[in-house]
Amino acid sequence: MRTRLRNWSLLLGAAAVLALPTASRAQLSTYDIETRIGAESHVGNITGHTKDAALPYRRYCVGCHGPLGDGNGENTPWMEPPMYQKPRDFQLGVFKCRSTPTGTLPTDQDLFDAITRGFDRSNMPQWNTLSKQERADLVAWVKHFSPRWATEKPGTPITIPPEPEVTPERIKAGRDVFAKVQCWKCHGVQGMANGPSASTLTDDLGRPIAPFNFTDGSRPKCGDTDRDIYRIFMTGLDGTPMPSFADNIKPDEAWDLVFYLRTFMSQHSKEKEMAKQLALKPVDPNAPVGQQ
Amino acid sequence: MKKRYNLVAVLSTVVLVCCGALILGQKVNAAGEGKITGTVKLDGAAPHMKGIDMSKDPYCSKAHATDPAHLETYVVGASGGLENVVLYISDGLPASAATEASTVPVFDQKNCMYTPHVLALDTNQKFKVVTSDQTAHNIHPLPNPMINVGWNQSQPPGAPPVEKSWKNVEVIPVQCNIHPWMHGWFVVVKGPYATTDDKGSYTIENVPPGSYTVTAWQEAAGTQTQKVTVAAGASATADFSFKAK
Repeated sequence: MRTRLRNWSLLLGAAAVLALPTASRAQLSTYDIETRIGAESHVGNITGHTKDAALPYRRYCVGCHGPLGDGNGENTPWMEPPMYQKPRDFQLGVFKCRSTPTGTLPTDQDLFDAITRGFDRSNMPQWNTLSKQERADLVAWVKHFSPRWATEKPGTPITIPPEPEVTPERIKAGRDVFAKVQCWKCHGVQGMANGPSASTLTDDLGRPIAPFNFTDGSRPKCGDTDRDIYRIFMTGLDGTPMPSFADNIKPDEAWDLVFYLRTFMSQHSKEKEMAKQLALKPVDPNAPVGQQ
Repeated sequence: MKKRYNLVAVLSTVVLVCCGALILGQKVNAAGEGKITGTVKLDGAAPHMKGIDMSKDPYCSKAHATDPAHLETYVVGASGGLENVVLYISDGLPASAATEASTVPVFDQKNCMYTPHVLALDTNQKFKVVTSDQTAHNIHPLPNPMINVGWNQSQPPGAPPVEKSWKNVEVIPVQCNIHPWMHGWFVVVKGPYATTDDKGSYTIENVPPGSYTVTAWQEAAGTQTQKVTVAAGASATADFSFKAK
């Protein structure tokens, strides 16, 4: 009897010790996550199914995002912030690239676009090589990691007015917006990510993070069209220091700011041509508010 | 037959009387609400609070030119009173009595510091974030995303107030990414609460008569509990003493 008890205790103890390395920092268990295996996504006229994404996730995504979707894949230890951000923890239900207001869930289209586009200057590749159905299935899989989708609807996408024509007056007005809401505090007066607050930035998980550098050829992670840039500062990048300016920038002013930001970027643009002719000086951080 | 009839009659009467007592009882409680009051002191010398270097933002350092700012982990008054301690009822409050407060407190960004440093709130209680500064801030609470949903909004000079509320009980750190020294707290509790003033004194109002556990929360020294009994219309006392950690 005693020997049997001892043997069982040893076996259980060994099992516990062997299980230790697999214990992750994730908060939700496989058991909890699997209750949402019926999650669906709707992208255009395609319906994605969680069940069909299990194999593609294992093949393409688990190496970084981990089997529990918490961003703790095998590759994660080699990604060092701020240069390389860690993979997203899907269990938290917090996403950077959204068309919806800060503090709300992204739409299925937002997640689909993020997978398709990838994230420039990060370890997340463009997955446009996967079929639309596969990507839609993976959107459903991403959603099933977080309980938020079970109880909350995605936010209402913000309204983006039609883009006006670029004019020198609009670029000048954009410079005024840049000065008024003080983007330069992090992004620097020439968009070089060297503002006074840039070096101390941390993301919501306490990891160092750098503001976007407009000048080094990088593409914004949430898209590089004018509409994408509009969305970025009008919804904020949740999980990062980048706030939403929706309450402080009017829609028309927002387009002016987009045009001004283009003048920082190394890619050739109409805005850069006009800015050259305007010979605009960078914003003066020491000038009093409202006097630029 | 008669016995059963009697039993049914007795049982029905008992049930009706109990229901009546419950309904009426609540009304009586509302009229006889009491308070919990007391003082929270720091045991021992006040720890030295580091000065804050605000030179990265000249507006902020100018605002503190004659009155340098210090970290506010422990704010100790003249007679050892500990400020910014939140007191709330952690046990014993019936669900019916936990009506959420209807005032809309204000959380201000003033001279590049949060005022108040700690804002106690009820679940779902609306609050307003404002800025009195001529330098841009962003208001960025950091709840645990599994408990409350965070958000991040800019507040440049002249920005309108941001009105929000929190769904669930949690101690939520607040920060400004532009000014990394700015630290504040949203302490979301259920039921009546109070925050100590600069003398360390507090009064929790609107407490129905009963026996409760009161919890005192201080951001670095942790929590302490005490049991109190509040009589109808009377005041119970609970004093606390924290040791700096």
